[in-house]
Parts: sequence; structure tokens; C-alpha cells
Amino acid sequence: MKTKINVNGTMKTFEVKPDEYLLDTLKNSGYVSVRRGCDTTSCGVCTVLLDGNPIASCSYLSCRADEHSVTTVEGIPEDAALIADFFGHEGADQCGYCNPSMALTLYAMKRELKNPSDDEIRTYLVGNLCRCSGYVAQHRAIRAYLEVE
Amino acid sequence: MKIDSYLKAESIEEAYKVLKENKDAVIIAGGAWLKLMPKTIGIAIDLKNLGLDEIIETDNEVVLGCMSTLRQIEKCKPLQELYDGIVSLSASSIMGITVRNIATIGGTIAGKYGFSDILPVLMAVDAELNFYKRGRVKLSEFMEEKRFAEDILTHIYIKKATSRGWFETMKNTAIDFPILNSAITKSSEGFRIVIGSRPYKAVKALKSMEFINDCKAPGADEIAQAADIAVDEIKFGKNQRGSEEYRKELCRTFVKRGLMAVIS
Repeated sequence: MKTKINVNGTMKTFEVKPDEYLLDTLKNSGYVSVRRGCDTTSCGVCTVLLDGNPIASCSYLSCRADEHSVTTVEGIPEDAALIADFFGHEGADQCGYCNPSMALTLYAMKRELKNPSDDEIRTYLVGNLCRCSGYVAQHRAIRAYLEVE
Repeated sequence: MKIDSYLKAESIEEAYKVLKENKDAVIIAGGAWLKLMPKTIGIAIDLKNLGLDEIIETDNEVVLGCMSTLRQIEKCKPLQELYDGIVSLSASSIMGITVRNIATIGGTIAGKYGFSDILPVLMAVDAELNFYKRGRVKLSEFMEEKRFAEDILTHIYIKKATSRGWFETMKNTAIDFPILNSAITKSSEGFRIVIGSRPYKAVKALKSMEFINDCKAPGADEIAQAADIAVDEIKFGKNQRGSEEYRKELCRTFVKRGLMAVIS
């Protein structure tokens, strides 16, 4: 079935199966930043923004995204570069597998929460797992990113 | 899980007709847990374009459209002000934000999931459901029905009331299913005590409620007695998250804590 999705500002038409998930549609179409992890909504690495809101693309049917906008990390190049700089400066990443999903979630958080507390930041990031960093350095990097006007 | 075809319903009547005429048709709600279903779905019916994702506040009620996401419920100001905000609090405790932006309140209710954090709370606030054609039904009655609803859940109603509420869920990690959860409320109609994730579906602790509602000024002894009654009357089980014995002790603690909180 034909499904029209605005991906990173460009309207595209995808031929999808009724039980195809957005993660597969995007990956099969060259959006390689969208990662597959647990595939059951637990790890967060498949995060994309649907109309600006973070969702687990591994558990969102592609046909449900018809006529909606989807943002992958390729769609936020300036913020992604900024976040990568802060993460690098703070030594906040190792393997980098979770970085695209973290960047998208932080991008959404910055637009949704005004002056979030440390607890609000942690709560917002629940479900975005990083198996390398231990989160402390990430938290410093996130604070630095949020302070950028 | 396999889906043969997908229908974006143009009206509730269309969805109802397809559901009634096709035994393998299913309303998919948010679809967050679809992947975990072992069965094949003939027709996946999607209600997303029917305007059922709104939360409306009236003079007497807060009305949730069945397609409202758990994230909407978490952020809903009128709900944050009712029963000490436990409806929003319970929604916020479910998985991460990437799931709460997908999962809907309608899907959670229709699934009668034993692991749900929000169902015990909705029972404790005496929520009512509206099904297309069938009309309004109390959630607690729906939970007791043996068959899943064949009709389409459209709205959930929560009465506005001067009331207190308490909710707690015990999990091994923030994104795990609960070992046990509990919601306790106090309103002009008395106390309600609900225990969920036993690991079975949520139930009211009716004898415990009757006992505490009969106490004129419940103190520490009566609260402890109400907790013991709840432990004795409710059936608990075991799974990989916790034993039956552990759940009983959690229940005892939760009932004590919850009653003290809503009485204070």
C-alpha cells in the first residue's frame, strides 16, 4: 500500500506492507541513522520524531505515518553536530550506537520543556539506553546543549 | 504478528461494521504492543483519523478520547488536579516517552492488561467507558466481563470530585512491567483500594474497602487491619518478576501507605 510520509522536510511515497514497521521502511530507504536494538520498545535506539514527538519506530506501523512528518537525525544536522560536540567534549560516548536517538530525543526535549530540572531531564530520557557511558558525562553534555540559545 | 490488510476508518460506523462482519478484524489502537501478539490479524482497523484523540474538560467530568496517548494523559492539566494527579502519574510511569507517544488509553483499557499501571488508577477513580452502540459502562464492570469487548470503546469519563488519591508501582527497572501496583482513593463515596499486576488483572479489594469505610476515624491499627484483609482476600501469583509471597508483602505495605496518604 502507498504511504506518503514527509521525511526530513521532503514528501516521499513509500510502498509498505500492512505489518511493516517504520523502522524497516526508513532503514530500507537509506535512512541508516535509525538503529535497530531490542525491537520491542525497550531500548530507544530506533527513536524518530513523528510530528515532532519522539516515538519508537520499531513499534509504529508505517501505514499509520501516512500524511505525517517524520524526522531522523539527518533532518536536524545543526543540532546533531552541536550535540555531538558536547558529547565529545564531555567524553559522553563510546560506541555511538545510541547517539542518533539521544540527539533526536534531546532535540524534542529542548522544544518541549522550558528550563528542565535534572530529574525532568532524566525522566524524559527514560527508555533511551546507553550501555557504554553510565549517563553522568551525557548529563553534563545535555546541560550544555540545553543552555545554547 | 502478521497483518493481512489495514483500514484507516472514515467513521466509527464503518469501523463497527467491519469489526462485526470480520472475525479476524481488530481495532489496533496505538499498536505499541501489536508486535507481541502471536496471532494473525485479518484487518487492522485504525481509528486515528476520527478525532478520538482529544481530552475535553466539562463542568463535571474529564473526557478522554480513546486514541489519546499516554503522553497526552501524563501532561493533561485537568487530570493533574484530580485525585492528587494519580491518573497522570500512573501514565508517566509507563515505559519511556517514545512508547507513551504511541500507546493509547483505549488500547490499554481494551487489552485489560494485567501489567497495566493505569488500569488500577482508573478503577480507583471510578472511571466510566463509552462504547459505540452499547453506551456507558463502569470500568470496574468491564474488567469483570469474561469476554473482551466486541464493541468500540470511544471515550473514558472521569468525574470531577473533591478527592484524594495515591498510586505506587514497584518495578525492577523504570522500563519494566510492574511487580505490583496499587491505587487508593478517598472521596465522598468512601475509600477505594485497587491492586494490579498481581500479576493478574487489577481488582478492587472489596472486603478491605468495606472494613475501612465502616471505620469512623481509621487510625494506624485499622489501617493495618485493612491491609491484612486485602492481602487475604486477593489472589496473587508468581512470575519472573516476583513471587506470590513477595507480592503479598508489597500489597500489605502499599495498602498501609496508600490509606495513610489519603487520610492525612
